[in-house]
Amino acid sequence: MSQKTPLYDQHVAAGARMVDFAGWAMPLHYGSQLAEHERVRTGCGLFDVSHMLVTDLPAAARGMLRTLLANDVAKLDERPGHALYSCLLNPQGGVIDDLIVYHREEGGYRIVSNAATRETVAEQLSVAAARAGIACQVRDDLALIAVQGPQAVGLLERCYGDAAAPLLALKPFGCHQLGALFCGRTGYTGEDGFEIALPAEQASELWQRLQELGAAPCGLGARDSLRLEAGLNLNGNEMDETISPLEAGLGWTVAWEPSERDFTGRAALEQQRAQGLACRLVGLVLDGRAPARAGYLVQTEAGDGVVTSGGYAPTLGGPIALARIPRQADEETCQVVIRGRPVSARIVRPPFVRHGRVRV
Amino acid sequence: MTQVPNDLKYTQNHEWVRLEGDGQVTIGVTDHAQESLGDLVFVEPPEAGAIVRAEEACAVVESVKAASDVYTPVSGEVVEINETLADSPELINTDPYGEGWIMRIQLADASELDTLLDAAAYQELIADEG
Repeated sequence: MSQKTPLYDQHVAAGARMVDFAGWAMPLHYGSQLAEHERVRTGCGLFDVSHMLVTDLPAAARGMLRTLLANDVAKLDERPGHALYSCLLNPQGGVIDDLIVYHREEGGYRIVSNAATRETVAEQLSVAAARAGIACQVRDDLALIAVQGPQAVGLLERCYGDAAAPLLALKPFGCHQLGALFCGRTGYTGEDGFEIALPAEQASELWQRLQELGAAPCGLGARDSLRLEAGLNLNGNEMDETISPLEAGLGWTVAWEPSERDFTGRAALEQQRAQGLACRLVGLVLDGRAPARAGYLVQTEAGDGVVTSGGYAPTLGGPIALARIPRQADEETCQVVIRGRPVSARIVRPPFVRHGRVRV
Repeated sequence: MTQVPNDLKYTQNHEWVRLEGDGQVTIGVTDHAQESLGDLVFVEPPEAGAIVRAEEACAVVESVKAASDVYTPVSGEVVEINETLADSPELINTDPYGEGWIMRIQLADASELDTLLDAAAYQELIADEG
């Protein structure tokens, strides 16, 4: 039996095709994934992401988070009202999850992590908190709505009027509490937008109101094609507990300084860095129309690689992929094997699309 | 409402088959199948002239999310493929029983048609699937 988000009835009433995702009944699309994708690139789309794990920790969790996370929350010390993207690693340097940690203006931290790793991450945080003698609160009382697209700003302005000013003033990765709403200028689409946490019982009203103002409800399908075009990693695809952030194009999220900060996985990452990485994550733009899918073989002159995510890119009108290939491969093209046939692909640096424009 | 035309035959794998009356059949995927697949973005048909065997995967349709095999329910020679699908795979979404047809096959063994479902049986099958 799948769990339901506070917006479940809204999805069903809108005729969404519901699927099970990590034990949650979620909308895949509301008729057309392509149309939803387009709305986010050119207008505004809404995503129910209430299945994600929201955990609140007090200011005293600073030390614990500096030990737990590969990025350093000390970077947020002077910046209440800002967020940081980080991986949570195992001692071998593999990625348990990627998450966003917000340093709240009123003090304390809010962590938003993936639904698929909900139990593991909740367990890690609660054990670490218990050891440090601090409170760790899972916020199952909140719903999470992502409002994404170039018109997201205008929409919130129309929705909240003058009261929206502090939200509109947020810089990327800024966050602000506005009454019952906790709002971050974050997202997973490559477009401008916000992610809003609010009391579950208020979620339906906001969901409907934003649609009345012109936003389109979007499902997990569009969420995936948008993040792929934006070149954003999906935990379980681009990384997992056997892949380090260095191998997944997330080296920039690892805070090496100060060198005495001994976070979980640090020793393994340092060893990996000293030995040199075997592989790297790249973007591929394939010839023809056949999409490459996760798991497909990639052939380079330096050896074989693998597609980690792939599919049709609506904004480019053709197939793209993320792939892990040998570090030494420095050619401009490679081959992806699709049903036994090699298809030529251009090796590019993601993102493929950012703020509505093709970048490759 | 999912369309299941009465004049067609169907398979368990959600293909439809139209008997053209000249020893040939036209094959496509059903309205139910296209609904489940979502927006189609790529179709790989067999080659015209290919000899196919019943139950063989001989075409691939890919939606935004995933690739699915299309099985031929009958043996024979592929005499024609729908070339417009190369540029307009979405025809399978908009007109699965018409412009979204995939291939035409010259039957090698007409008795294979006996194994196909009629519209009522197929209707029942998709009702059971929910």
